[in-house]
Amino acid sequence: MLDAARKLHQAGVLGLNERNSDFIMRLNPRRLYPRVDDKVLTKELALAAGMAVPDLYGIIRNQGEVRSFTAIVENHESFVIKPAQGSGGDGIFVITGRSERKRDSFRLSSGVVVSEDEILYHLSNIVGGQYSLSGNPDKALIEYCVQFDPVFTEVSYQGVPDIRVVVYRGYPAMAMVRLPTRASDGKANLHQGAVGAGIDMGTGITTTGVLDNEIVDEHPDTGALVAGLEIPQWDFILASSARGFEVTGLGYLGVDMVIDRDRGPLILEMNARPGLSIQIANRAGLADRIARIEAIYDDAATPEKRAGVCRQEFKL
Amino acid sequence: MKQRYVYMLAALLTVIGASIFLYKWQVLGFPLGEDHERPVWTIEAAVRFDSGPGTIKAQLHVPTLTPGFRTLNENSVSRGYGFSLNYGSGGREAQWTIRRADGEQTIYYRISVYEDDAVDESDTVPPFPPRPVIEEPLATAADVLVSDVRDRSADTASFTTELLRRLNDPSPDANVELLLSDVTSEAEFVAVATTLLASARIPARTVHGFALAGRQRNAPLLPWLEVHDGDRWLYFNPATGEQTLPDRYFVWWRGNEPLANVEGGSRVRVEFAVQRNQLDAIAIAETQARQQGTSAFDFSLYSLPIQTQAVYSVLLMIPIGALVMVVMRNIVGIDAFGTFMPVLIALAFRETRLLWGVILFTLLVALGLSIRFLLERLRLLLVPRLSAVLIVVVLLMLFISLMSHRLGLETGLSVALFPMVIIAMTIERMSVVWEERGAADAMRAGLGSLLVAVAAYAFMGLPWLEHIVFTFPELLLVVLALVVLAGRYTGYRLTELHRFKELRG
Repeated sequence: MLDAARKLHQAGVLGLNERNSDFIMRLNPRRLYPRVDDKVLTKELALAAGMAVPDLYGIIRNQGEVRSFTAIVENHESFVIKPAQGSGGDGIFVITGRSERKRDSFRLSSGVVVSEDEILYHLSNIVGGQYSLSGNPDKALIEYCVQFDPVFTEVSYQGVPDIRVVVYRGYPAMAMVRLPTRASDGKANLHQGAVGAGIDMGTGITTTGVLDNEIVDEHPDTGALVAGLEIPQWDFILASSARGFEVTGLGYLGVDMVIDRDRGPLILEMNARPGLSIQIANRAGLADRIARIEAIYDDAATPEKRAGVCRQEFKL
Repeated sequence: MKQRYVYMLAALLTVIGASIFLYKWQVLGFPLGEDHERPVWTIEAAVRFDSGPGTIKAQLHVPTLTPGFRTLNENSVSRGYGFSLNYGSGGREAQWTIRRADGEQTIYYRISVYEDDAVDESDTVPPFPPRPVIEEPLATAADVLVSDVRDRSADTASFTTELLRRLNDPSPDANVELLLSDVTSEAEFVAVATTLLASARIPARTVHGFALAGRQRNAPLLPWLEVHDGDRWLYFNPATGEQTLPDRYFVWWRGNEPLANVEGGSRVRVEFAVQRNQLDAIAIAETQARQQGTSAFDFSLYSLPIQTQAVYSVLLMIPIGALVMVVMRNIVGIDAFGTFMPVLIALAFRETRLLWGVILFTLLVALGLSIRFLLERLRLLLVPRLSAVLIVVVLLMLFISLMSHRLGLETGLSVALFPMVIIAMTIERMSVVWEERGAADAMRAGLGSLLVAVAAYAFMGLPWLEHIVFTFPELLLVVLALVVLAGRYTGYRLTELHRFKELRG
């Protein structure tokens, strides 16, 4: 057991306790949390910094506004409903279209058709705080449904694959692409059964995959290889995520991006407590990379500069 | 920097907690073990006499220095008498006085003692006794015997042994016969021995006491011989010359003066009754603390009303549960619902016992979950739905109690002890996780909660631990120190060793 711990330590693997006490508690002051925990605020801040985000169709702030849902989505065939303060992808409805015959029936990404009533109930739950981190009343966002880039068609089952970059003090430290599976119900969250694939920081090409903490090579539903995919606009993605530090002020940050077919990389959300499975997907330790960032840290570097430094430093 | 403060704080807490604990344990004698009872002997001296016409002044020798025993308390029962304790040549003397009394009088003096090996003879070193004045022809006999014994001995101890052997000789020589001619009692025999020792310039005295054993109605006084060898007091069996002391020999008084003396009274008798009780060691420690004038007991939980004590004996185990919780979550790395839910469940397990606790908890959560899923279809808003779950939980508890009572399973009644609000929250959280992350995740966290609860119970249910925490609540400072230290533990959790097994390189 001690031997296992020693080996992990040598590989520079970051554990939860160390992440919480040495990075999150030290680098992420609590007063900055609303910037990432409230997706409405994140969106505003990102837009102000000149970053691209999915268009916001409307916000439902309280129970009384739930009924305005119909009006908000009137001119949209597809959209996403998410709680402003949700975590781990909970409470997100991805509506890909409307039923052929009835306009008030919606098709979820999973193919299930739900009635408008059910959606209104879901909105009530969101507003009531069922999905919020603290259980407090919340807001529901209705926004543009990303049409993901064809590069991912073969390796995702419903849902939208996203790219998670862990940024340490403004330097992108590690990245992975998260691919929804049947088991994850179209959600791109590793602990819900999505496949994570590590990304070579130097080239933006995926390496190995991880599913439930085990190394995998193929997508469990489509059977396609998850390795060797080339992420488009990799430079831009790294620079955008590096800029997430300027936007939020959080020293230990997870930036989630999606690549839209038409609009390119968009900031989906940011996370003050990014998970550690990214290490398994990349078969590399975060503590090790963080130490290397500390060695090359330059307070004055621009996001583009920092992204470039990391491409060099963490090239495989 | 912060790390150093954490260590300093933890060290400070530990030192404070541990030193109060050690003081209470070692100095005040608070017991470590549970049900720690010690035998306490109560010895009652009843002084009876017929009163004369005038003022009465009754004196009784009472215990002063009692090697091997510590006094718990002493008191006197004597109606109408003035009472005082004085120091006389033979130690303490109790004195009762009254101006007039009629008929037969009885005065009681009672002392309670318990064994304590730490109490030693702390008497001062006596001076060499003066040569006793002995009349002829006894003086010559004594001189001859003493010089004879001196020739055959090497030191004080062997002198005493030899002297006693000679005095006890079944066919005594003429000198011994002469010296013992007036002896009618054991005490007088010992008195002669002390006189002979004095003429050899050896400090010696008679001690009077009892070998305490169980309950005695009329305990006979057993005289013993005490001899000082210049260093410490030695004890000799006057009948055999052996250097020994009977088991649990309790010294009542020393010297050759009579036990009791009543001026203005006649036909004085003193009877001793001995009774043995088991007394809670806590009570002994309490008395002792009071005698030493410390306020340790004023701040002890034992000074609270019994009912409040019962509440605290449970409450004080919560920090232990919290410590287990910290270890299970931050060091082992087990997922559980709610921060302290498992601790509260463990608290309920204390009443239901483990097996029934697990069965009832599982039953309650399973039934609650299925009803929660039915409620889901009604599309209730969050707070009303939580309230509905809570009401359902209360009803389920009622139902389980009634059913088990009908079936004759009285343990089922204890389901009422589960914290219903916590259970309702658990059910809600579990059902949300179930829907969001699937049954596997919900089950895993549910089982994790149960596992942590069982682990917390395993420690919170230990009777000796409960006793120690209740008697020494300052040890919770040590628990606090451990929790603070765990708060700065940045190593891997045990489950992470498995989770990151692919990365071991």
